[in-house]
This record gives sequence, C-alpha cells and structure tokens, in this order.
Amino acid sequence: MQALTNRLKQVDRRKMNFLESLYLVAIFKGMLITFSHIFKKKPTINYPEKTRPFSPVFRGLHILNRDEEGRENCTACGLCAVACPAEAITMEAAERQTGEENLYREEKYAAKYEINMLRCIFCGLCEEACPKDAIYLSETFAPADYQRKQFIYKKEELLIPHPIEDPEAYKKALGNRAKKENIN
Amino acid sequence: MADEIKTFKVTIDNITIDVAPGTTILNAARQIGGDVTPPAMCYYSKLEGSGGKCRTCLVEVAAGSIADPRPMPKLMASCRTTVMDGMVVKNITSEKVIDARNGVVEFLLINHPLDCPICDQAGECHLQDLGYDHGKAGTRYEFKRRTFEKEDIGPYIQLHMTRCILCYRCTYVADQITDKRVHGILDRGDHAEISTYISKAIDNDFSGNMIDVCPVGALTDKTFRFKNRVWFTKPVDAHRACENPKCCGKATLWLRGDEVFRVTARKDEWGEVQSYDARPDDPVGRGKTGWICNTCRFDKKKTSDWTIEGLTAISRHSVIGANKYAGLEMPNDTIKKVLNGRDPKLLMNIHNVSGVNNPNIHLSEIDRPSHKEDFAKSGEFVKGEGESTQWGLPKE
Repeated sequence: MQALTNRLKQVDRRKMNFLESLYLVAIFKGMLITFSHIFKKKPTINYPEKTRPFSPVFRGLHILNRDEEGRENCTACGLCAVACPAEAITMEAAERQTGEENLYREEKYAAKYEINMLRCIFCGLCEEACPKDAIYLSETFAPADYQRKQFIYKKEELLIPHPIEDPEAYKKALGNRAKKENIN
Repeated sequence: MADEIKTFKVTIDNITIDVAPGTTILNAARQIGGDVTPPAMCYYSKLEGSGGKCRTCLVEVAAGSIADPRPMPKLMASCRTTVMDGMVVKNITSEKVIDARNGVVEFLLINHPLDCPICDQAGECHLQDLGYDHGKAGTRYEFKRRTFEKEDIGPYIQLHMTRCILCYRCTYVADQITDKRVHGILDRGDHAEISTYISKAIDNDFSGNMIDVCPVGALTDKTFRFKNRVWFTKPVDAHRACENPKCCGKATLWLRGDEVFRVTARKDEWGEVQSYDARPDDPVGRGKTGWICNTCRFDKKKTSDWTIEGLTAISRHSVIGANKYAGLEMPNDTIKKVLNGRDPKLLMNIHNVSGVNNPNIHLSEIDRPSHKEDFAKSGEFVKGEGESTQWGLPKE
C-alpha cells in the first residue's frame, strides 16, 4: 500500500541489548525533549488577566447604535430579522409621538427589540442588511450563564450607552472600531 | 363569415399572440405574461380611464401594422396604445426601452423619499420593485425635494403626500367605486397633490380600496400602521357574508398567530384587485372586481369574523414568502405518547422571557399605530438588579 506521508517509520523489533534494557538512555532522551520546552516561547496566555487581540472582522455580541445626539437609529424595519438565518431577531415597532423626538431618529422605532443569543450564529447578516446603520456586531461575546432566560437580549442591553449622558461608556463601547474622523 | 370574430396578430418580444381589436399593447403582453409584460405604475385594468401618466410602460413599436409597417418614431405608452394587425413591439429586447425606463424610474424617484424602512408598503410596493430592477444606486438630483406634512384622510387612511407619484389611481377609485367623490388632485405640475377637498373626511363605504390601488406607500391603512412588516404577517384567503350588497366579502387576511393585523382585497398576479364571479344575490353578474367595503377592511379584525379558506399563494420571488414554511411536514412527536399525553416540561417558555409577540397584548384591537404605553403591561421577565449587561454596567 502506498504511504500517505513520507514520515512512515518501520518499528524496530530486534531484541534489546543490556544497555537498552536499562531504559536509562531512552528516559534521558525523552526528558531532554520535555525540558527543552521550558526555553521555548509559550503558545498559551493567562486568559482572564491577558486577552488576545480580536481580529478586525470578529463578530461578537450585537449593539444597537445611536446617532451623535443619542437618538436610536433603529426604525424596526425588520430587515435584520428577515435576513437572520437562525430567526433569532424579533421586534415590535411603535410610532414616535410628539416629545419623543430626542429619543428616536425616525417616526417609527423599535418598542421591543430582542435577540435570542441561544439561536444567534453570529453570522453578521443583520449588520449587512441594516439600512439605518443601527446594528453592529461588537468585540464582546455572550457571557456564560446557568439560565437560558439570560440569553434573551433586550433592547436595553443591546443599546450602546448614550454619547452625551455617558460619554465614557460610549467611547468604551465604540472600542477601536469607531469610525476614524480623518482617514487621510 | 360576417360573424367571424376578427383578431389582430401582434408580436411582442418575438412572441406572437392573437388578441381582440381594441386591446392595448400592455393587455396583450399581459396575456402572454412573464417578463414580456411592461411594468405599470398608473394603469389599473379595473379602473376605467387609468393609465398614460407614469410612462413606465413605454415600449418600442418596431412596425405599426401590416398596412403601414413603418416603426413609430417615439416610444409609446403601452397601456394607452391599442394593437394593430401585424404590429411588432419590442419591450425587454429593446435597449431604447430599457434606457427610457431607467430614466422614468429616476424621474419617479426624484421626489419619492427613500424611507422604505419606515413605510408600511415596503415588501409589496411596485415602485420598490421597479427601482430594484431599473433604479440607479445614486441620484443626480441636487435641489430641494417636494415635501408635505402627513395627513389623515378619514379615520382609517393615512396620506403621505411626499411618497405620492401622482398616478391618479385613488381618484379613479373615488370617482368610480365610491358614490360621492370628496377626493381629488389639487394644483398642477410640480405642485399637484392629492387631497380630500379642504381636508374633508372620506366616509364612503369603499374608500379603503384606495389603499389597495396605491402603487406606493402614499395611502396606507392606519389600523395597520407600524404594527408589523408585511413579510412577517401570514396572508390567508378568507370570506365572510358581508351585509353590504356591493361588497364581495372575499379578502386576504394578514395574520400573526390568530390575530388579524390587516385585511386587504385579494390581489392578482399584476398586483391588482382580483375579479370574481358575483355573489348569488348580486344582480350585476360575472367578472366583478373584488372591492371590499370598509367594514370588512377596518372593523372585522377577528378570525372568528371570517371563514378562512387557506394560504394565499405568494410568488416565490416575493419577500412576503420569506420564513414561512408551507407544506412543512413535522416529524411524528413521540414524547407526548411516551408521557401518556402530557406535554414535555419546557426548559424555557419564550413568552415568560420575551416582550415580543406577547399573548396578553392584542395589537390588532388597537385601531391606531401602537405607542410605547401599549407594550407596558407585558409582565415579561426582567433581569435582576446587578446582573450585568454586555457593557459591564449593572442594569437599571
């Protein structure tokens, strides 16, 4: 039979001589390989203390965006929900009334907006479908939990912090994916 | 031989068909069907006198007739041009037509706002389809667009004049379907707008049909406004014995669960209201257009009011068919059998957690757009104090 790789080695089945039957040489050889790893670069990191940088295309938990005045961008058009292959996104729309203009950018808004993170496959199609710049996938991932109900993410959890009332948290939430002001 | 019915032979995009004299090119193309049919924004076969305004149905007449085979010098509006014997028409095979149609779409979109994410017509909008097929991604228009305040036409109809493309279909409905006309076009040219004369409310029994004939989202159902997107509701054909003798009582219900979110007349493949055989007690006879009255459309929002016939056939290219699984065969559920008829205990009942589609909130019973307060009495699960959100901040 043809070998699949060129690393095929025939097992040596000759009877061992006295020195070999002591195993000392073989153990020493093995230990040499083991201890040589002390001086090599570690491939792992101490996770909670240190984190690896995210890839620029990483798709994590969703955020619902606000504009620079802090109004919600989402108009509950339902394109994210219809694009969602896992059917994880659901919403209820409502009409903006007079006096709510500082809360919502358009005359219709999402009164309820939920993403079922148990269903979500983090494909990012919602982000692509959104015509209003409203939903983005961030660089965080859903924390583990004991209960399923914790994974139904409501609008309050998905909304980005208010850029005027809470600028610090807003900046943190934008992360390093925020639009650069001057590209050239 | 005198009684022999004379037919005209007309060739549209290399497909020849025999039609009766007096048929328009558009209707001849509709008899062929498929891609050959020019799109129409203003022509409505059920409304007398409609057509000739939007120019989207322009076609090239390559040969006028057998008697005079010269081509017509300009592109013709197919909804208004009747066929001649031996006429040769080019629609999608003519580059001139495609180019002109792209231009027409650009003109229609000059003042039409791109607020499809808000508009209730999205998903069944003819201008949306037309723009998708023929529109440019950008605009060359640099001037101020025509805008209007939104207006209530009667208690049930919302007019977004900004979205109007002045097809005049609704005024023909007001003229021909309702018994007294209180709705028409004011001003002319760039200033033209449809309106009830001095905002006079329309209280006609059939005024709701304006919503169905509107090709864009200018006239929308206020009882359905913002309730749901059309592609999330499930269309079913239903009928009821309507007290109104002029109403056919046959409609499409747009359901979510058991709730009737919207009632419309049944549409045919051209997006027009279907024709029916008349009701037994109807003196008019066959081929009647299935207009429905305002009682059926706006007041009968319960499934118990209707006899449901079955799912409405939706073109498989339509977004309305998305995420709906007709003919889905569920595997045989053995758990219930093993548990002696008891349902398995759910690990999570979604209604305890979710605020969406709450069984205690009946949006179909509200005859206005829903507001924030309508969702207040939900009683859904709220994450506890101190349980962190993704921002690492405790929840309010």
